[in-house]
Amino acid sequence: MTTYKAPLREYRFVLSELFDVGSLAQLPGYTEATPDTIEAILEEAGKLCEEVLFPLNRSGDEEGCHYENGVVRTPAGFKEAYRAFREGGWTSLACDPEWGGQGLPHTLAFFVEEMVCSTNMSFGMYPGLSHGAYRALSMHGTEAQKKTYLPKLADGTWSGTMCLTEPHCGTDLGQIRTKAIPAGDGKYRITGTKIFISAGEHDLTDNIVHLVLARLPDAPEGTRGISLFVVPKFLPGPDGGIGARNGVRCGSIEHKMGIKASATCVMNFDEAEGELVGAPHKGMRAMFTMMNAARLGVGVQGLGLAETAYQGARAYAAERLQGRALKGPAYPEKPADPIIVHPDVRRMLLTMKATIEAARALAAWTAIELDVSEKHPDPERRQEAEDLVALLTPIVKAWFTDVGFAAANLGVQIMGGHGYIREHGMEQLVRDARITQLYEGTNGIQALDLVGRKLPMHMGRLLRRFFHPVSGFIEEQAADQTMAEFVLPLAKAFGKLQQATAHIAQAGLKDPDEAGAAAADYLKMFALTASAYMWAKTAKIALAKSEAGEDAGFYRAKLATARFFMARLLPETSSLLTVIASGAKPVMALEAEAF
Amino acid sequence: MKLLVAVKRVVDFNVKVRVKADKSGVETANVKMSMNPFDEIAVEEAVRMKEAGVASEIVAVSLGVAQCQETIRTALAMGADRGILVQTDAELQPLAVAKLLKAVIEKEQPKLVILGKQAIDDDCNQTGQMLAALLGWAQGTFASKVKVEGEQLLVTREVDGGLETVRLKLPAVVTTDLRLNEPRYASLPNIMKAKKKPIDTLTPEALGVDVTPRLVTLKVEEPPKRQAGKKVGSVQELLDKLRNEARVI
Ligand SMILES: Cc1cc2nc3c(=O)[nH]c(=O)nc-3n(C[C@H](O)[C@H](O)[C@H](O)COP(=O)(O)OP(=O)(O)OC[C@H]3O[C@@H](n4cnc5c(N)ncnc54)[C@H](O)[C@@H]3O)c2cc1C
Repeated sequence: MTTYKAPLREYRFVLSELFDVGSLAQLPGYTEATPDTIEAILEEAGKLCEEVLFPLNRSGDEEGCHYENGVVRTPAGFKEAYRAFREGGWTSLACDPEWGGQGLPHTLAFFVEEMVCSTNMSFGMYPGLSHGAYRALSMHGTEAQKKTYLPKLADGTWSGTMCLTEPHCGTDLGQIRTKAIPAGDGKYRITGTKIFISAGEHDLTDNIVHLVLARLPDAPEGTRGISLFVVPKFLPGPDGGIGARNGVRCGSIEHKMGIKASATCVMNFDEAEGELVGAPHKGMRAMFTMMNAARLGVGVQGLGLAETAYQGARAYAAERLQGRALKGPAYPEKPADPIIVHPDVRRMLLTMKATIEAARALAAWTAIELDVSEKHPDPERRQEAEDLVALLTPIVKAWFTDVGFAAANLGVQIMGGHGYIREHGMEQLVRDARITQLYEGTNGIQALDLVGRKLPMHMGRLLRRFFHPVSGFIEEQAADQTMAEFVLPLAKAFGKLQQATAHIAQAGLKDPDEAGAAAADYLKMFALTASAYMWAKTAKIALAKSEAGEDAGFYRAKLATARFFMARLLPETSSLLTVIASGAKPVMALEAEAF
Repeated sequence: MKLLVAVKRVVDFNVKVRVKADKSGVETANVKMSMNPFDEIAVEEAVRMKEAGVASEIVAVSLGVAQCQETIRTALAMGADRGILVQTDAELQPLAVAKLLKAVIEKEQPKLVILGKQAIDDDCNQTGQMLAALLGWAQGTFASKVKVEGEQLLVTREVDGGLETVRLKLPAVVTTDLRLNEPRYASLPNIMKAKKKPIDTLTPEALGVDVTPRLVTLKVEEPPKRQAGKKVGSVQELLDKLRNEARVI
């Protein structure tokens, strides 16, 4: 019994009450994106997700993709759903009008993406990767490449992939072996094997555009010798359509734990014709500009799955009659009470709710700043926004996907044995969520990115983009007695985060293992503190509106959830600080042979 | 040919409606509102007629509070060309709606008016019929198929016994049944375009229509809860219960 309704009220809250999405319409290029348009679009996207994508989620999981002789078929109904999605213009949402896009803000795309992932994450992989390819080409492609590929990727008639991983290397892309040999006519011949390529082959689009990392013959060792190439399945024809079949074929598809309706392909490149994208040997940098966006996208996948798990668990907890409330029957007329009366079930539901809503608030903040970083006329403001987004990206990726997996797991727990049974759809969410913690850089790698790259960058400038607004907020609210119950715990956690940061900066300087051993715990601590900041800001708004008015119930629920977060989840920052302060020794002491 | 469609803002069909504490009606505060599903079918039919070259312009009309604009925008996003909102906070009953629509129709002079057969909030199923009578136009209600043939309209109606096809002279009023079509999802470009399409606002006073309610709602209650069933041991017991307890045989 999975159920899903687009959380439109929540979107309105984070976008228009907690943050000012209206400010986006003041940015050049975004004048159309007024709050009422954004709301209308979210509503219509929600309808499509609820009615078209959601019904295919479980059937797609059961059926999976089919592979035969290099041809991959998606599960029943996916072609029709993709056509509806494409014809509705949804693939072009955040694309440039110059290439046939709608030119709408990332902020809107974020939440449309959340709904897509809530209702059918496997489906969302196909347009999601296409958009990644669109971004890579729009940032690094030549004019001719843009003209050839961007309109097709925007309107969704062609799709895209990211071909990074090889059998012997996933995280450590410096080991890539795929070769690119100049063909003499400005083109290249690409040869090698890529594995785990999402949407590498399928039956949804006329053509598939692979973006491939490979090495030129004169390439230096390691990541400094990697270049980016565009390698289409069918070479573009002179008329803008498709021409000859290129030398890239799908060797097989993986049988895997989740996202079964998303084809994960082995791709064999055999002297396939490709073009260089960007400068020679600068492929990693090109890929990274796009990977940051993709990492945020994976975070949103985690959030989307968490929401579906929560909605399903909430509905189940209200209906499942089992046991009696500890204080005596809450519904004496029923054979038993609904399980939502039990403190342990409430603890689980509230953990989901409190982490999801804080994550969504963080998503809104990050997304709006991402738009500002690209469109604001003032370069200083753009830089500020870019810094914050860079800082928050590993947190959004790792924390949201941890929240997604934890929420799906709690969903199963709340449903008891029925959560473990396929029919009810909850176990699928656990399986689907698991991959989000792995791809686009494992969550361990995200933590290293935060600690090793983002913290020291520009002498801590990125960090200040977060620390300053938080300390400013704490100071501003100091005089407000009603806010004390939210601001005090926030201030305490914030103080500990600063302590942990100082510890890592000092110890890590002497011994990099110190930073490495602290990274995952530090990321979690950061995420909890950022969530507390979101809850305190939420409480400020909710306090003013919870007394009277049509919507008072909504704000009272916000306050209760904020209190739960502060009392029951935030205190973990104390133990995390203790763990971090214990240093790398307990982790590094055991000899490798002794494991 | 110019078409006019009427669209009503109602509580979304997914919402579990609750009766207000004072039993004066159902709770609409903080509840998701959407276009009446039968009206979506009306808009879809009009848009298909336009796509087929039969209709030249589609005007979407809604009556009620300011937020009915959103419902009109939905119609515009589906493909209607412009909107008219007759704005009032007063309670509107079917007769008042029919009179207001008549006044708008006299200004707009459409050849065909399409409405939902009923609205899912009050289930009245009266407005279309009243409107046709007030205008003195032909009517084809519960339509499951509509075809324009020159100055005439073939309407297949869903009636109790099956399907009935009637031939109407234009201008006419048609009300839609569920099987007429499956409404489309508004596309993203069309949602954007809808923002730029004009919506005129009128008032009942400006149209010279008295909308005072003629009916008084005494009380709104939830339907009684279904009682748990009983297991019977034998046919004899069943007959006995049917005869003496349920008194149905
Ligand atoms: C379903 C699915 C879809 C995918 N889609 C794509 C795709 O479309 N395109 C694509 O190119 N790839 C794709 N991948 C590959 C994915 O991105 C990689 O699996 C991922 O990057 C991890 O690489 P790996 O599996 O080789 O693990 P490894 O790199 O071998 O890592 C193993 C473990 O070691 C840890 N580790 C590795 N290096 C370090 C380090 N330096 N410091 C600390 N810890 C470290 C990791 O965190 C991990 O826990 C997909 C994978 C799957 C399963």
